[in-house]
Amino acid sequence: MSKDVGVLSYGVYIPRGRLQRAAVYAANAWFAPGLKGLAKGERAAANWDEDAVTMAVEAGRDALMGFARDEIGAISLASTTLPFADRLNAGVVKEALNLSDDIAGFDAGGSLRAGASALIQALNGARAAPHLCIASDLRKARPASEAELNQGDAAAALLVGKGKPIAKFLGAHSVTIDFVDHYRAEGEDFDYTWESRWIRDEGYQKIAGDGLKAALKKIGLSGKEIDRAAIAISARGAPVLLAKLAGIRTEAIADTMSATVGDTGAAHPLLMLAAALEGAKPGDKILLVAFGQGLDVLAFEATPALLEHAPRDGLAGALARRKAETNYHRFLFHRGLLDLERGMRAEADQKQPGSTLYRNRKTVLALMGGRCAKTGAVQFPKTDISVNPNDHAIGTQEDYPLAERTAKIATYTADSLAYSPDPPSYYGMIDFEGGGRMIAEFTDVDAADVEVGREMRMVFRIKAVDEQRAFTRYFWKATRAD
Amino acid sequence: MAKGIKDRVAILGMGCTKFGERWDADADNLMVEAYQEAMADAGVDPSRIDAAWLSVAFDSVNIGPSGIPLATALRLPDIGVTKVENYCASGTESFRGAVYAVASGAADIALALGVEKLKDTGYGGLPTRTRGGKYDMIGAGGSAPGNFAQLASAYRAEHGVSKDDLKRAMAHVSVKSHANGAKNPKAHLQKAVDMDTVLNAPMIAEPLGLFDCCGVSDGAACAIVTTPEIARSLGKQDIVTIKALQIVSSNGWEAQGAGWTGSYFHTTRIAATRAYQEAGVAKPRDEISLMEVHDCFSITELVTMEDLHISKPGDGWKDVLDGFFDADGKVPCQIDGGLKCFGHPIGASGLRMIYENYLQLLGRAGPRQRATPPRLALSHNLGGMPSQNVAAISIVGLAGV
Repeated sequence: MSKDVGVLSYGVYIPRGRLQRAAVYAANAWFAPGLKGLAKGERAAANWDEDAVTMAVEAGRDALMGFARDEIGAISLASTTLPFADRLNAGVVKEALNLSDDIAGFDAGGSLRAGASALIQALNGARAAPHLCIASDLRKARPASEAELNQGDAAAALLVGKGKPIAKFLGAHSVTIDFVDHYRAEGEDFDYTWESRWIRDEGYQKIAGDGLKAALKKIGLSGKEIDRAAIAISARGAPVLLAKLAGIRTEAIADTMSATVGDTGAAHPLLMLAAALEGAKPGDKILLVAFGQGLDVLAFEATPALLEHAPRDGLAGALARRKAETNYHRFLFHRGLLDLERGMRAEADQKQPGSTLYRNRKTVLALMGGRCAKTGAVQFPKTDISVNPNDHAIGTQEDYPLAERTAKIATYTADSLAYSPDPPSYYGMIDFEGGGRMIAEFTDVDAADVEVGREMRMVFRIKAVDEQRAFTRYFWKATRAD
Repeated sequence: MAKGIKDRVAILGMGCTKFGERWDADADNLMVEAYQEAMADAGVDPSRIDAAWLSVAFDSVNIGPSGIPLATALRLPDIGVTKVENYCASGTESFRGAVYAVASGAADIALALGVEKLKDTGYGGLPTRTRGGKYDMIGAGGSAPGNFAQLASAYRAEHGVSKDDLKRAMAHVSVKSHANGAKNPKAHLQKAVDMDTVLNAPMIAEPLGLFDCCGVSDGAACAIVTTPEIARSLGKQDIVTIKALQIVSSNGWEAQGAGWTGSYFHTTRIAATRAYQEAGVAKPRDEISLMEVHDCFSITELVTMEDLHISKPGDGWKDVLDGFFDADGKVPCQIDGGLKCFGHPIGASGLRMIYENYLQLLGRAGPRQRATPPRLALSHNLGGMPSQNVAAISIVGLAGV
C-alpha cells in the first residue's frame, strides 16, 4: 500500500435534536413493556427539514474545512435512505458544497456497510485529487420497535487521497455473504429483522469473527497491535465478542455511541472512524469494521499530520450542539408517522420548475451570491444590474459564495400563522459578514436564540416537499452560529 | 420634478360597499354595489365614462384575469378597461390610472374600481400564492403578519424601545381604530376593544397578537373622476380635487443592498416627500388634517407615522401613546376604522381610504364626521412587505385650498 494514501480529513454531522429514549418508552410502555431495558440515554433525531442529503452536506462541509474545494476530484454518498432513487443524490451534495463540475460522483447503497465499501473503493483508487466519501442515513422505524430506540440519524465524511494523510491506509479486506439478518424492500419504510440470537451466533461470531481474523492476517496486523477498534456493530456485546475473537485489547474497543447518538446505519462505520481519528495520536493503529451482508475491514495508522489538522466541529462539536427532545409526538410527526391536521395553509402547491432550478442551481443549492467587480458590493442573489444605489453597474457580478459566511440577525419574527411542520416558524433578515443580506428562514432555533444582532451560520436544509410529485426542494437556512 | 397634477382632477363621485364577510355576494355583486353608489353621487350617465381601471390583487380566487370582469359586471359602454395589481396598493394604483387619464386629457370622465372577494378560500387571512418560480426557491415562506412583525424587532433595536412599551403603543393603535370603527356602519368590525383584550390576545407572529392584525374582507370601492371644470358644469358646488398622487416601488435595495435597518418603509418616506412637494405642503404635522394609512398591522401604522414625516424617527410610539392620532387628537388617523376595522378587501382598500377622506372633506361622514372641517386629507396605501413594497400616497382637499 502506497505510503502517501490515506485519510486527509474527516467531518461529522449529528442533528441537534436528541430524542430521549425514556420519553419514547413512556409513550409506548402500555403496548411494549419489554422495551424498558432500552429506555436509557438519547438518540440523534433529525429535524423535519433534514434528510440523508442535507446531513451529508453538513458532514462534507466539516470535512472540507481548510481544503480548497475546487481540488476535490470525486464525491460519493452512501446511504440506505437516499431521498431520490434516480437523481444523483451525491450530485445535490456536490452543488451544495460548491465543488467543481469536473468531478466524479456516485451514490452507494444497498447495505449498512455501503459507506465502508465506498471508502475502500476510494482508497484503492486514490489519486492526487481527493475523493470526498460521505455516508449518511436517516432511517424510519415503526413506533414501539427496538429499532426506533436503537437507531440514530447522522452523517460522516472522509476525505481520502494521496498527499499528507492524517491516517495512512494500511489495507482492507471484504467478505460478501447473503446473510439476511434484516432487510427492507424497495419502497418500504421499515426493516424486517430476524432473531437477535441467530444474528449474534451466525452473523457476528462466525461471519464477522472469521472475516476479521482473515482481514488482520491479510493486512499483516495482530489484534494486539490495534489501538482503536471501531467495530460499528451497535448490538450490545458484539464489539467485545469480536475483539476477543481477534485478540484486540478491551481498552482499544471504541464506543459505539449507543447512549448518545444511536446506530446511524450506513453512516455509522464512517462516524466511528471519524471519532477514532479525533481521539487518535500519531502512530495509533485504527481498525474499522462494518457489517452488512458480509464484512468490510479497513486498517489505518495515524500520522503526525493529525496534529496539524485544522480544528473542526468534528464529533465533539457535533455532540455538544444538542437539544434534548422529549416530545415523542413531534418526532413521529416529523418522521411522517403521525398524520396531524395541518390545515388548508399546508395545501399550497410546492411544484418546482426543473428548468428554473437548473438555471439557478448555484443560487439555490450553493447559496451563491454576487459581487460587483466594479464597486465590490455584495448581494444575494446575483442580478444583471447591481443593487448598489451608488452605481447600478450592469453585467459586473462575479460569483460570491455566501454559505460559509456568518451573518447577523437584523429583523426576525416567530410566525404562528404560516404553515410549518415545527411552529412557530422563525425567519428574518440577516446581514452577512463581508456584505450581502437575505430574508432567511431559521431552523434549529428556539425563542431565546433569536434577537437582533445574534450571529448565525447557514445550513443546507429541505425548504419544502412537493408531495404531489414527490420532489424535495432544498435551500439554505440560518441557525445559531455557536 | 414634474409639475404634478395638483387641482387638475376632481372626484365626481365615490362609492363603497359594506366591507366584511359578504357570504351573500360574489365579486361582481360587490362591484355593482360600489358602482351604483358612485354613479348616484356623480350624477352622470354611464355612457359618459371614457375609460376604466380595475384593481384586484388575488384575482385567481375571485374574478380571474383581465379587465373584462369589470366591463361585464357594470356593462360598461365599450371602453378600455385596464386591470392593475400592485399588491395591497392596487386600489390607489387603479385610482392613479383614472386620474392620470383625466389629467392627460385622454378622458373626460374615468372610473376606478377596486374589488376583492377573499372569503371564498375556506380560511382566514390572505391566501398563499406563488411569487414566481425563482423567488419561491429562495424566499422565506412567511405570512403577511410575519413579514410585517419584523418591523418591531428592528424598531426596538434601532430606537432602544422596550418590548413592553412597543407592545403597548401597538395596542393603542388598535384600540383607537376599534373605537373609530364602532361608529362606521360599513365597517367589517364595529366593536370597541380595551387594552387588556389587545395585549392578551393570542400571538399570530411575534410580537403581533390577533388584535394587532387587520382581517381580510370582501368589498369594493369606486371613484369617478373628471376635471374640475366638468365637475362644475355638472352642477357640483364643493369640489374635492387631487393635490398629490405618488407611488414608489422598491427596487430591491432594502432586501438586497446595504443600509436599510428593517424598521421603516424606505418607499413611504420618498413617496411622502414627493407628495408633500406636489401638494405644496411644507409642514405635514401642522398641515395634514386627517390621515387614512395602511394599518395592515399595528406596527405598520406606528412606523408609518414617522415615514410620513408626521412624527420624528423614534418618536412615533410616543405620539401614539400620547393620543396624537386618536379621534380627538391633533391628526386623527383611521377615523373610519382603517384596515383594522373597516376591513381590508385588498384591491379596494386604497379607494376606500380616499372614499373616507372625500366624505370627511364634504362633511358627509355621518356620526364620525370631524367637527372642524378637514383641510387636507392624506391616504397611504402600501403593498408588499417592509423589505419590498409599493407605497402609494394621495392627498385630497377642497378645490381652492
